[in-house]
Parts: sequence; C-alpha cells; structure tokens
Amino acid sequence: MGTDALVISGLNAFYGDSHVLHDVSFTVKQGQVLGLLGRNGAGKTTCISAIVGLVRAKTARLELFGQSIAGLSPEAISLNGIGLVPQGRRIFPSLTVIENLTVAARRGRAGQRSQWTLNDVYEAFPRLAERKQQLAGSLSGGEQQMLAISRALMTNPRLILFDEPSEGLAPQIVTEVAAVLRRLRESGLSIVLVEQNIRLALEIADDVVVLNTGYVAHTGGAEALRADGARIQQLLGIY
Amino acid sequence: MNFWVIQGLNGLAFGSLLFILASGFSLIFGLMRIVNLSHGAYFMLGAYVGISAMAAGASFWTAILIGGVAIAVLGAVIERLILRRLTGQPLAQVLVTLGIAFIIADACVWIWTGDPRPVPMPRELAGAFRIHQLAFPIYRLFVIGVAFTLAAALWFLLERTRLGAMIRAGVDDLNMARAMGIRTSVLFPVVFCLGSALAGAGGVLAGPILSVYPGLDTDMLPLALVVVILGGVGSLLGAFIGSLIIGFIYSYGQALFPDLAYMILFLPMVLVLTLRPTGLFGRQAI
Repeated sequence: MGTDALVISGLNAFYGDSHVLHDVSFTVKQGQVLGLLGRNGAGKTTCISAIVGLVRAKTARLELFGQSIAGLSPEAISLNGIGLVPQGRRIFPSLTVIENLTVAARRGRAGQRSQWTLNDVYEAFPRLAERKQQLAGSLSGGEQQMLAISRALMTNPRLILFDEPSEGLAPQIVTEVAAVLRRLRESGLSIVLVEQNIRLALEIADDVVVLNTGYVAHTGGAEALRADGARIQQLLGIY
Repeated sequence: MNFWVIQGLNGLAFGSLLFILASGFSLIFGLMRIVNLSHGAYFMLGAYVGISAMAAGASFWTAILIGGVAIAVLGAVIERLILRRLTGQPLAQVLVTLGIAFIIADACVWIWTGDPRPVPMPRELAGAFRIHQLAFPIYRLFVIGVAFTLAAALWFLLERTRLGAMIRAGVDDLNMARAMGIRTSVLFPVVFCLGSALAGAGGVLAGPILSVYPGLDTDMLPLALVVVILGGVGSLLGAFIGSLIIGFIYSYGQALFPDLAYMILFLPMVLVLTLRPTGLFGRQAI
C-alpha cells in the first residue's frame, strides 16, 4: 500500500483554442473505485483520454503508482499498466472475438495479484467463448461491452478506466456490467468509473469526483454524496 | 473469341502487377493514414536498380531480390527519419512523399538517363504457351502465379498471425490499438518496409512487360490509387479484387476504346467515391 494508484494534479487540456479541462486534480487510491461524474460535456471523456495519452494535455503531475507517466505515448502508458474500456466500446470490428483478445494480451507485472488469461476471460464471460470465432463487429451491444472489458483485462492492467460502460445497454446487461465492476474491485484492481448512470456509479464507487464544465466541482466519499440528495441535485441536476 | 481470352489474360497479368504495387500502398494508407505518393517512384526505382544489378551480372531472380531489398531499406530510412517526425500531420506527410517522388524521378533520369530501358526476360520463362490456336507469353502466366502466391502469403500474414491481427487492429482503430499497448513504432516500419519491398521487387518483375522509362512512376501511381479507392483502404481482399477489375478494364479498354482508356479507368473511381466512399471492401471512408 502507501502509494496511490493514480495521482493527477493540475491537468489542463485543450481542443484547438478551447480550454476544456481547468486544473483538474484527483487521486485514485489503490484498490478503490473512483467515480468520475458530471453532466454531458463536462470533460469526463477528455479527462480519460488525457490520462491514456490520446489527448495532449499539460499536467503538473500525472503519476501511476508513484511513477510519472506524463507525456508518454498511449502505448507506453498502456504498457505501464493502465487499461481502457473506452466510450462507445470501440472493439476492433473486423477482428474476431479471439483476435480482439489476443492482440491486447500480455502478462502483468511480476507480483501482480491477478493475472488474466484467455481462459479466465472465457470463464467470466461464457458468451464470448461461444462466439470466439465471430467477427466482433457482428456482436450485440452488450457482448461488445463484455469484449471491450475483457480486452482491457487481457493487458493485465494495474488501473482500469471505464468510460460509460452502461451507455446504450439494456437494463439487464447494465446489471451484469455492474456485477463485473464489483468483482474487479474485489480482486484488488484500482478503477476509474465514468458514468452518466449516477445511481450505478454511487453504488460502486468509494470516492467521487464531479466535473462541471471542465472544473472539479466536488470531491468526496461516495457514501456521503449518496445520502445527500440535494447536493446530487445541485451538482448533477438529474437523479 | 481469341481476342477476349488473350485480352482477358493480359488484363489478369496487368492486374497482377497492380496487386503487387497496390497491396502495400493500401496497407500503408490504411494503417498509417499516409497516401504514399512516392509508391510509384519506389516501383520505378526498384526496376532501375534491378537493371543495374543484371548489368553487373546478377540473375533476374537475384535482381528482383536486390530491387526489393534496396527499396525496403530506402523505405525504412524515409519512415524513420522523415515520416515519423511528422506523426499526426497527414498533410505534411503526403506532401513529403510527393517531394520524395520528384526527387527519385529526377535522380533516376540523372543516373539511368531518359531513354527507356528494356528489361531482359529470364531465359527459362521466354517463349509462349500454346493451346489450340492461342499463344500467350509464359512470363505473363508466371507473373499471374506470383501475384496469386503473394496474395496467399499476405493473407496468411494478416489473417493467421498475431502481427497481422495487430496490423488489422491498427487499420480498424489506430488510437484504440495504441491504448491497448500495440506499438506503432513496431507496426509502422514493418508495414512501410513491406510495402516498399513489394513496390521495388514488383518494379523489376514488371520490367519485361512494361520496360522501364521516366514516367513509369506517374503512370503506375494513379492506378494504385484507383485500385485502393475501388477496393477499400487497408483491405487486402479489396486490393486484390480492385487490381483485377482495373487490370481487366485497362486491358479491354485499351483494346476496344483506346481513346477513352483513362475515362474508363477513372470513371469507376468517381462512381465509388460518390456512391460508396469506403470502397467495396473497406471500413474507412477516404
């Protein structure tokens, strides 16, 4: 223990001339789930893209388990142990299910608690095993989400970022995704969870950061926020 | 009847040459998002290098190898020293490849003069294959065989190996591939060198059919472009089918409507771009 999984401090990001993230700072504790919430356009996905290096950003500090990852390429950041389940799933549609998993596969760091293999993933998501030779583009939305999660797990990350995993999924599938998130938290993985589904996020998260138009509007424990409906209403305006 | 068969075989042979050129062009375009406008120049330079190798005593087969390796090395240098510095600036990359194409073309005139050079055919493949009243050059049948073998080999590389799956993942969604830890610093040189080698070796192989002359580069590049637009960017199957279609159109068009040859070639491209911008087998719009 001791070191935090992810420390972000003074993150500023730009799209062309517009300044979309202003001095965003937060910390993900090891083995915990941080819910990153906010209205549409608050900058959540930009924040995720900046962490994985897909959006160029200025940061005072960006540390993964005490080691700076600021300015590294997306592939280097991935190799350092950040997994991504991106918004819109973005599985590789012209690859088969098994290819989606094997292109991402690599062993985790020495001494890492859980090591995901193809068999573990198939055990966790039996439907992927049934469809392993199928083109990923032909899967249903829920199956694609399972695949996106599995693909990230195959990189054996130390920290995993979920960007709106429940988006566009049937309620039953959302329940399944939630169960997966809980299981991953129990396995000791550190998680950042971006969600529009606030009820789901507050159920699973330990800590919460709320973004509003690119600024951090609130930081605190999920439990406290869960109990404070007025504050939720004020921050997120829908619940 | 004979006319249709012979022109059909000619179209198949020309389409085969196009496939050797366009498969690499398409992969580079699909993965690196670079329209490599020096690809035609690589083809021509490879042919000239092959000629010089043969003049120095190398066999035709060794000359193909030398042409391929020389252009692969050139491609590696250009990728590492120039294109990589311009990552994320597609327009600058395309313009650079155009500049390189001009430089190569000028250097070729300087070194090999402006006179067209015939390329001798390997003796074992000279002559014609005869059946009934039909005669067809054995060498062209050989070129067709090479292209189909190459298609099978590339298919195996892309569809049956992990490296191939990584390349296809990059063509599907490059940013996501990178975020999964797939290194572009490995994939890009591999694909660029492979494409360059195919262009260089293809130039030597095409020599006995097309001969080598200043302007061969600008004759071939638009055809490769049409093939890729027709077939779909980054798709091997697309490059294969597109090459054969263009080969047939070229062959029959030149014979039947010589005045309209270019219109017949580029009309399908215009139609595809307007009606189906992803090409027949592609996923990305141009």
